[in-house]
Amino acid sequence: MRQVVIIGGGVAGLEAAGFLGKMGHQVVLLEKEKAVGGHVGKWDRLFPNRRQGSEVMDFIRKKMDEKVSIITEAGIKSIDTSPDGYAVVLTNGEAIRADAILLATGFELFDARKKEEYGYGIYDNVITSADLERIFREEGKITTADGQAPQKVAFVHCVGSRDEKAGNVYCSKVCCVTGVKQAIEVKEMMPAAKVYSFYMDIRMFDRHFEELYIEAQQQGITFIRGRLSEVYEDQGKVQCKVEDTLTGKPMKVTVDLLVLLVGFMPSPETKRLAGMLKINIGSDGFVLPIDGHISQNETGVPGIFLAGAVTGPKCIATTLSDARSAALQIDQYLKTK
Amino acid sequence: MKKDKWGYGIHPDRQIDLDNANLSLLELVRQSEPSYNLCIACGSCAATCTAGNLTTISLRRINIYLQRGMIKELREEIRRCMLCGKCYLACPRGVNTRHVIIAIHEALKATGYEEL
Repeated sequence: MRQVVIIGGGVAGLEAAGFLGKMGHQVVLLEKEKAVGGHVGKWDRLFPNRRQGSEVMDFIRKKMDEKVSIITEAGIKSIDTSPDGYAVVLTNGEAIRADAILLATGFELFDARKKEEYGYGIYDNVITSADLERIFREEGKITTADGQAPQKVAFVHCVGSRDEKAGNVYCSKVCCVTGVKQAIEVKEMMPAAKVYSFYMDIRMFDRHFEELYIEAQQQGITFIRGRLSEVYEDQGKVQCKVEDTLTGKPMKVTVDLLVLLVGFMPSPETKRLAGMLKINIGSDGFVLPIDGHISQNETGVPGIFLAGAVTGPKCIATTLSDARSAALQIDQYLKTK
Repeated sequence: MKKDKWGYGIHPDRQIDLDNANLSLLELVRQSEPSYNLCIACGSCAATCTAGNLTTISLRRINIYLQRGMIKELREEIRRCMLCGKCYLACPRGVNTRHVIIAIHEALKATGYEEL
């Protein structure tokens, strides 16, 4: 029986594992963390319909059968070529035979501390979108650092995205709709709160996203077009400076809580593994498939495939489709090998 | 000098202070014409406006003045509208723009700002 090693246990790796198992292949899934689930496993509700992220995780997990074995806390020491494929050597010395390898190493969130002008890690009332999801999931209510309910909350789009000085020229795609979703959720939890959104463009690229934006407008969320230049915190209040580009005037807004919508970064592990496997990385740090239109899952190196955000920012639905596509291509490859 | 004024001189600055902006008119207009919230500042209304071809009226600009509490500018510009309603036909979000103008006039009257 053919064996596929999948590197990365986020939604892309898990979905591909389930499909490859169903196709009759043996699958070993390697995850560096203590548990699989990746970023989606840490998210509360998902855009655009605000279903629980755990529902999607359950759907993916259900598909996996005994053909899939998962190794967590797996560190990869090297990937060696062998006469019939590859051997993935773990840091504990164990070598795993692989007829094909699927790279599903995904992304990591932009470290908001790099945008020092927004004060993340410096000011008490500046958090990230990921922090807010954790608060939704674990605490169920939003408070400022001194335990008060915030009366004014602002969201900042494009933190670490479309920002060449932060090293990222690209749009992270999911932050706009995440920010709009979270703004609605904050408004629903605290109807009296004023909610602002600082944006350059609202990029609602996918189905039902624009409708979510309309819902946010109907809820009275104030959208301010301008890239936030800097904030400072005084006695717990966060003062935001921005150009209101629609009036062409500088603007000042004071809020109790500032939420930074952090974007995607290629994971450092992707870079390391790409070096080992001699596959190409683009100037944006994400892996280059052999063709961006017609071969998103292929690397040009025989037996090495790609799925999910390893090739750039993707939302969950696209990632799942991409993972299924990768599984199909691996199946074809193994049949003709 | 108060710290939150960011001021270094005696002249009023150009900055919009949204914390202290007068949004009383905005609230009245939102209540009177809920579709107002759906504006995406695309400018279709201003592009199609006959008065806008001849004077400096832009409904897109009027909307943003309202949202920022810039009542003086709002009052000045809204006078040029002829209430023809062409902008309503152009709006891709279905904002009842003609009624927005009427609602602004009513709000100006209700708040007493019309006379200022």
